[in-house]
Amino acid sequence: MKSYTLILTVLLVLLIAACALSVCVGAVKISASELGSIIAHRCGLNTSVNFTSQQEAVLLNIRLPRVLLGAAVGGTLAIAGSALQGLFRNPLAEPGLIGISSGASLFAVMVIVLEQRYVSFLTMTLGYHALAIAAFIGACITTFAVYRLAVGNGKADITTLLLAGIAINALAGSFTGLLTYMATDEQLRNITFWTLGSLGGASWKTLTGILPFVSITLVVLPFFSKSLNALALGESQAGHIGINVNVLKRLIIVMATLGVGASVAVSGMIGFVGLVIPHILRMAFSADHRLVIPGSALLGASVLVLADLVARTIFAPAELPIGILTAIIGAPVFIYIILIERRKRGGIF
Amino acid sequence: MIEVRNIHYSVGPLKLIENVSFDVQPGELLAIIGANGAGKSTLLKLLCKEIAPTEGKIYLREQPIETYKLDVLAKFRAVLAQINTLSVSFKVHELVMMGRYPHFVNKPGEEDVQIVKTVMEETGITGFANRDYNTLSGGEQQRVQLARVIAQIYGQPKGLLFLDEPTNGLDLLYQQQILSLARGLANRGYCVVSILHDINFASRYADKVMILKKGKRIAFGVPREVVTSENIHEAFNIQVRLFHDEEFKCPLVIPSMALSEQTTIK
Repeated sequence: MKSYTLILTVLLVLLIAACALSVCVGAVKISASELGSIIAHRCGLNTSVNFTSQQEAVLLNIRLPRVLLGAAVGGTLAIAGSALQGLFRNPLAEPGLIGISSGASLFAVMVIVLEQRYVSFLTMTLGYHALAIAAFIGACITTFAVYRLAVGNGKADITTLLLAGIAINALAGSFTGLLTYMATDEQLRNITFWTLGSLGGASWKTLTGILPFVSITLVVLPFFSKSLNALALGESQAGHIGINVNVLKRLIIVMATLGVGASVAVSGMIGFVGLVIPHILRMAFSADHRLVIPGSALLGASVLVLADLVARTIFAPAELPIGILTAIIGAPVFIYIILIERRKRGGIF
Repeated sequence: MIEVRNIHYSVGPLKLIENVSFDVQPGELLAIIGANGAGKSTLLKLLCKEIAPTEGKIYLREQPIETYKLDVLAKFRAVLAQINTLSVSFKVHELVMMGRYPHFVNKPGEEDVQIVKTVMEETGITGFANRDYNTLSGGEQQRVQLARVIAQIYGQPKGLLFLDEPTNGLDLLYQQQILSLARGLANRGYCVVSILHDINFASRYADKVMILKKGKRIAFGVPREVVTSENIHEAFNIQVRLFHDEEFKCPLVIPSMALSEQTTIK
């Protein structure tokens, strides 16, 4: 337990460092001392001003909300991934598996493509947030459909849940395909951009918009760590040591859907974070969920903050969609993990 | 301690358990034997509150089983299932600590740590406390799982322990070790119910034996009375011969040749 606290502290320091680095780098450069004095100035500690007002404006209005949004989204994707892997007792589980992502993209694409013709009332009443709200609702609807399909006699069977997820994902995917086929060139660009993920839409408004959802997920999921450890023994075995597995399933799915649904709604599809981050922690330290769950939140946040830093600076002034970057980094890391695991089990490398 | 009164359990038209009643007292080891599909595992699931009987009553510690919440039950009743696979890898001592989960909220207390240590010594697994569970042999894994369930009810006066074929797939030495551990727990006052395949092991270690056939109880009592060639023939549909040995309180059961074999030899 002591070493877990140490590891989590190190991960927290890493996250703070990643955020500090990320707010300083960009078209308008801010040095560490300038960053320090802006913070000190805002807190009313230091009256001497050795930074430009442009630097302050960029930091507070552009970089900071974006970095915090990246941390919130990354942390949520990774924590939901680790909890779902524990729940499904399957290392391949990730938020997309139970329909969260496919539902969100179907509804997002629906808003993009059908907006002018059918759902203009949506954009009129909800304005700029119509897309995000629709995506969030889509995530919730598909996940609910997947869950309902898998429930019989009040119990959700995990294998059926996986199969239902595949079926509903395919169905949502086919409708998304149909809409994409109907889309105009401009709409296609929008769809592509959304599917590849981006934190470019970050503002204080989007951040505060998703904060209630992601903070519930981030705060509540660590409390299930012990139960998820027990679940590793098997469902009935977990029941024998006093875990109400049915309630656990429902709560984790609700938590994951709220957090990930909100994240996908503002940032589009960002893959591999939810899948790979928990594996890295498990491989490096321990499979104990009391470490993996909170650790995933911290490491996922750091990784997405850094990935976003690369995404917005590598081809500056153009921005690379962050989903491309997480896949380019994530997939090889995942392959590496598979090979290491295979060697551990005594396979030939 | 355990009172089972006329329970029935059916799924649709299928009657899996029919009118089974029995009692188990503190300090007793009850062995349940019977052919495949006789309803042994179903009966154990009913005792574990995994499923509820369609008719009849089960009382644990003088209270109806349905009045217990899962977490309350887990404090004094432990179950060793037949198949134990681990989806992610844990160290042996971490796994044994899971037995203490019902007793602490987030961090194990000193008592929990002490119990885990004691139980690992008693079950002889201290030597691989830091090994990865998935790298152990089948026999070692089974002993670790047994240590986990013992840790769960360790120090609980009148604890209940349910074992589903605990010796499955183990060699003779491990079978004996596991059963003498179970016997030891019963001697300390625990109430132990175990499904067993080996009739000789059952009559050697159990205080009482129950034979099930097609969901019905066909015999229940002390091994000497229950293990007869008639009962065995009825339950398993095989011919057996009984051998009496002075050391044992009841006869040894040896299957005699099947009829088909006898004719081919002739």
